[in-house]
Amino acid sequence: MIKAFLGCLALWFLSAAAQPAAADEPLETCFACHGEKGVSQNPLIPSLAGQQPAYVLVQLYMFREKLRLFDAMNDMAKNLTDDDLRRISDLVGALPPPPPPADAGDPARMDRAGALATAEHCNSCHSADYAGRDNIPRLRDQREDYLAQALRQYKSNERAGYDGTMAEVTQPISDAQIDEFAYYLAHLQ
Amino acid sequence: MIRPHLNICYHAAEIERRIDNHPPKESVTMTYRNTFRRKAQTCLLAGALMGLASSAALAQPPAAPPLPPGSPLIGRPESPEAAKLAPVSAPPLPTPADKLPTAKLKLPPGFNIEVYASGMANARSLREGDKGTVFVGTRLVDKVYAVTPGDHKVKVIASGLHRPNGVAFKDGTLYIAELSQISKIDNIEENLDNPPKPTVIYDDLPKDEAHGWKFISIGPDNRLYIPVGQPGNNVLHDDAHGQIRRINLDGSGAEIVALGVRNSVGFDWNPENKELYFTDNGRDWMSEDVPEDKLNRVTKAREDFGVPYCYQGNISDPEFGWGHSCSEFTPPVALMGAHTAALGMRFYTGSQFPKDYKNVIFVARHGSWNRTKKLGGDVVAVHLNKDGTVKSVEPFLTGFIADNQYLGRPVDVQPLKDGSLLVSDDWNGAIYRITYGKQKVASK
Repeated sequence: MIKAFLGCLALWFLSAAAQPAAADEPLETCFACHGEKGVSQNPLIPSLAGQQPAYVLVQLYMFREKLRLFDAMNDMAKNLTDDDLRRISDLVGALPPPPPPADAGDPARMDRAGALATAEHCNSCHSADYAGRDNIPRLRDQREDYLAQALRQYKSNERAGYDGTMAEVTQPISDAQIDEFAYYLAHLQ
Repeated sequence: MIRPHLNICYHAAEIERRIDNHPPKESVTMTYRNTFRRKAQTCLLAGALMGLASSAALAQPPAAPPLPPGSPLIGRPESPEAAKLAPVSAPPLPTPADKLPTAKLKLPPGFNIEVYASGMANARSLREGDKGTVFVGTRLVDKVYAVTPGDHKVKVIASGLHRPNGVAFKDGTLYIAELSQISKIDNIEENLDNPPKPTVIYDDLPKDEAHGWKFISIGPDNRLYIPVGQPGNNVLHDDAHGQIRRINLDGSGAEIVALGVRNSVGFDWNPENKELYFTDNGRDWMSEDVPEDKLNRVTKAREDFGVPYCYQGNISDPEFGWGHSCSEFTPPVALMGAHTAALGMRFYTGSQFPKDYKNVIFVARHGSWNRTKKLGGDVVAVHLNKDGTVKSVEPFLTGFIADNQYLGRPVDVQPLKDGSLLVSDDWNGAIYRITYGKQKVASK
C-alpha cells in the first residue's frame, strides 16, 4: 500500500516538474494520483470523479491555505490563484461519476449499515442518494479505505473540516461504525 | 410519517394557546401569529380525522434514533421536505469586485451603497479603530483582515487562527475572539504591515464547534463581553454554556451577564441609558415559522432569557419546556423573524443619516437555512421608544435574495466616524458602505 502511494507521489513529482501546477492542462496532473478520469486505483487517495465542484473548491482552498494538511496537496496548491482553484474545481465537477461498484456488498450488512447511516442523518446533508450537494461532498462511488480514513481524521480532529460539522457529528460514532459507513457507501449501487 | 405531523399540530395548538395568553409585544409578529392560528385550526381538523383512521399507528410511535450531541439535525422531523434543508457554508473564495451584487441591493430613498472593500474571504465581524482602520473577523478561514482608511487596502494582520469571528477595539488594542480563546494585539494601527502575533488573555472557554464562534464587544463599563452559545441546536446545557459573560481587559474577573442565551452573534449598548441589547438565534426544526429570532434587553445582572425552556418569549419548548413557564423568563423586546439569523447589530449615533435614524439599532440578518422560503438576508432598522421598548422593525438594506437563492449574506454592521454605515457579507467576502445624500464621485 505504502509502495503504491510512494510510487504515485513520485509520479506526481515527475509530472509536476514537467508542467507547472496552474491548470490549463486539464487535470492530467491530478489523474496521476487520483486515477484515470479521476477514478482512483490508489490506496487512501480519493476518487475525484463526480465530486461536487463547490466541495472541490473548498478542499483546494484549504490545501492552499494549509487549513487541511497533506504535503503533496499543500505543495500542489500553494501557487494556485483563486481563478485556478475555480477552474480546476469546475473541471473536476464536470468529470462523469465513476461506474457503480461491481460488488453490491453483503445484503444483510448493507441493510444494517444503511439503517445506521439513516439513523445518523448522513443522508440529510449528503442527499438521499449520497451524491452530495453544493459544498457537501458526494460519498457514493468513493474508495472504502479513504472514507474510513476521512471519518477517523474528522473524529480525532486531525482533519478540522471547513465548518466543523463533521468533527461534531463523528464524536459519538464508534470505530466499528466507521467501518460500516465506509463499507456501505463504497458498495452502494 | 404520522408522528411528526401530529407534533407540528401539537406545536400549533400549544402555540395558539400561548399566543392568546401573551399579547404581542409589537406589530411585526402579527403575520406569524395569524399564520399560526390558521395552521392550528387546520391541524385540529386533520388531527381529528387521523385520530379516527390511525389510532393503531399512534399507539406505537417509532423510536427516535439518537443523534450526536450538538448535531444541527437534533429535532429534525422525518419529512422529505425538511430533509432538503441543510446549512450550507459560504464559499471560501471572495467574489471579484466587479461581480458583487451591489447594483441589486435596495435602500430607502436618499441612501446609496457602494463597495468599501472586497477580496476578503468570509468577511464577518467588523470594528473601526481609532485611526479609521476597519478590522474584519472570519469564521471559515483562519484570518483577521484590516482595511486601511483612505485607500481601503486589505491586509491580513493575523492568520493560523481557529474561527476568529470576533473583533473588538479599545485604546489602540485589537481584541480577537477565536473559538475558545480571546487574544489581543497592542498598538495594532501602528503595526499593520508587520503585526506581532496575538497574545492570549483568556481561554477558560468550551471548545465546542457548535455555536462556538464568537462576536465580542467592549462595553461602556470597559469590560469585554463574550457569548458562549449552546453546544447544539436544542440541548440542556451545562453551567459553562448558554450565556453571555464579561471579563476585564486583562482577562480577569469573569462573570455572567445573561443566561438562557442560545447563540448570540451581536450586541451593543443603548447610548441613552447604557443598557445591553443582544440578538439571539432561535432553535431549528420546530417549524417553518417559529420560533423567531429575538432582540433582547438586559436590565439586571444574570437575567435569564429562557433557552432551552422557552423560545421567543411565549413558546414552551416541546422537549425541555415541561415543568417551566415562559413567565419565568425575560421576554424579548422584539421578534426578528423565524430562522432569519439576526447577527451583528449596532446603535446608530452618527449624524449623516436623517434624524429618524438617531439611536436606531441596525441589525444584520444573515438569512435562513432552516426554512423552505428564505427569510432575512438583509439589514433591518429597529426603532426604539423612549423607554427602550421597540417601536418598529423596518426593512433597511434588502435585495440579497433572488429566486430563493442568496446573492450575499450580511453578517455585521459598523457605523464609521463619518456617519456612514458598513455592512459585511461573508458569502462574497466583501464590505459595502451605505451613505446618505448626494453620492460622492469616488465610488466610480
